[in-house]
Amino acid sequence: MTSELDELYQSVILDHNRAPRNFRKLEDATAHAEGRNPLCGDVYEVWLKLEGDRIVEAAFQGQGCAISKASASMMTQAVKGKTVAEARQLFEQFHGLVVGGREPAVGDRAGLSGAKLPAKLEVFQGVRAFPIRVKCATLSWHAMKAALDQTRS
Amino acid sequence: MSPVTIIPPHELRTGRAPGWDVARVRADFPILAREVRGHPLVYLDNAATAQKPVAVLEAMDRYYRDINSNVHRGVHSLSEAATNAYEQVRRLAATFLGAGSPGEVIFTAGTTASLNLVAQSYGGSVLRPGDEILVTEMEHHSNLVPWQLVAERTGARVRAIPVMESGGLDLGALERLLGPKTRVVAVSHASNVIGAINPINAITAMAHELGGGAIVVVDGAQSAPHLRVDVSAMDCDFFACSGHKLYGPTGIGLLYGKRQLLEAMPPWQGGGGMIREVQIERSTWAPPPERFEAGTPPIAEAVGLGAALEYVMAWDWNALVAYEQELIAEAGRKLLTVPGLRILGEGADRVSVMSMVMDRVHPHDAGTVLDTRGIAVRAGHHCAQPLMRRFGVTATLRASFGAYNTPEEVDALVEGLHEVRQVFG
Repeated sequence: MTSELDELYQSVILDHNRAPRNFRKLEDATAHAEGRNPLCGDVYEVWLKLEGDRIVEAAFQGQGCAISKASASMMTQAVKGKTVAEARQLFEQFHGLVVGGREPAVGDRAGLSGAKLPAKLEVFQGVRAFPIRVKCATLSWHAMKAALDQTRS
Repeated sequence: MSPVTIIPPHELRTGRAPGWDVARVRADFPILAREVRGHPLVYLDNAATAQKPVAVLEAMDRYYRDINSNVHRGVHSLSEAATNAYEQVRRLAATFLGAGSPGEVIFTAGTTASLNLVAQSYGGSVLRPGDEILVTEMEHHSNLVPWQLVAERTGARVRAIPVMESGGLDLGALERLLGPKTRVVAVSHASNVIGAINPINAITAMAHELGGGAIVVVDGAQSAPHLRVDVSAMDCDFFACSGHKLYGPTGIGLLYGKRQLLEAMPPWQGGGGMIREVQIERSTWAPPPERFEAGTPPIAEAVGLGAALEYVMAWDWNALVAYEQELIAEAGRKLLTVPGLRILGEGADRVSVMSMVMDRVHPHDAGTVLDTRGIAVRAGHHCAQPLMRRFGVTATLRASFGAYNTPEEVDALVEGLHEVRQVFG
């Protein structure tokens, strides 16, 4: 296997693909959105349960590639327990991480106040070598953000 | 099965195909010499677009260097030369398609534009509320959505001919669906997903006999590069194909239409070149084919298409068909060694286009693994979502072979898919 491929399909990603976490419908969700990539047909539903300003539950269901599924799985873990503002910050940081160009604000890095992207999400940096797959990695994150946007109105 | 559209005889699927000098063909395609991610390019995405021989590149370059001008407009020498070149390609295309005359061949931007033209112009003027348009479950969105649009406008109804598990069309169902309300049967000659070849001769015979004056519109995007096309023998009413899948440039396609149908049809788009006389409140139209070619056409692209047609018309098509059939048969056999891999619609006669799915592996991931080995395939729904639904999948991995692909490239694909299996367990 090439090193680029090793980077992309790290064991964490393969694990979350095989056994996605929070892979269910959230019956008492307060926010919900669908992420759809019309080019490839991938589709994910994301449910969030908010109490006040805090996301107390996050779950997802859907169909797609290993990158999109693992990303959705780890996204639900990352935003659970965060405030809406923090979840939005995580979105920005994750986007920066997979697109590249910007310094990823990961782990203990100082910088943005508030939420920091969990270090294990660094595995998605491998997507940078495959720009066409960036949309796979960000699909569920966009859905999460859309669900939050919905609750604002 | 239709006798004329070169359904490859089954005996051609075994043994060596004689007479196809693939090394010589490869030498004509400069891009095949490049590397991708450190590996020699293995281009197996021909159903999306084919690579271009040097003859096409040079013809377009020469056109722009020597005679670039607008057609049907100027009195000057360059315009005359450009017009001659453009119209010469129309004659060549008529020969390639087996059309009765060049006037039955319209230049469009591609298959999608050709099919939209037929749907809007023919469908828009003929369809009435309650009329029926028959499509198939295997249609590319470009031979489905244009019909939905015109159905919505006219009150007609779109119904689908089912696809069987084998990949073939259910002709019994077609017979039952055809009736006095049927005005259009829109069908692909070969599926862009599973490669299945549809028996157009039989379908046109049935539609013309059992339909209420039904016409048959053939999407030939995937057949024209692989089968010898003869629209007169098929007796189809319209036939659409793209230049870029035929080793020609993008931005140019063909629409064949029977003369009496084209003559009765209103224009599709208005503009220069398609009129007889224009007044402020109304105009009259030029005869076909000009009536359907508003505005400056893709002239350089037509010239490039002409070079592509000359190039492929010099081939021994019996040898080509035999060669491509051998490639896909070999791929089918060798892919059986990949655990959990399944080929969709394998039971039908096929052009050299195949779709597969693998247990527990999404086609996109498989496509990325193959890309790291320099292998270009297509992963996704291939603009054929109803067919995905029919086979209960959301996406497939598609390998499509062309005139320059080799048995070694089949082996590279098979090895790559074994690696996919390793990565994803």
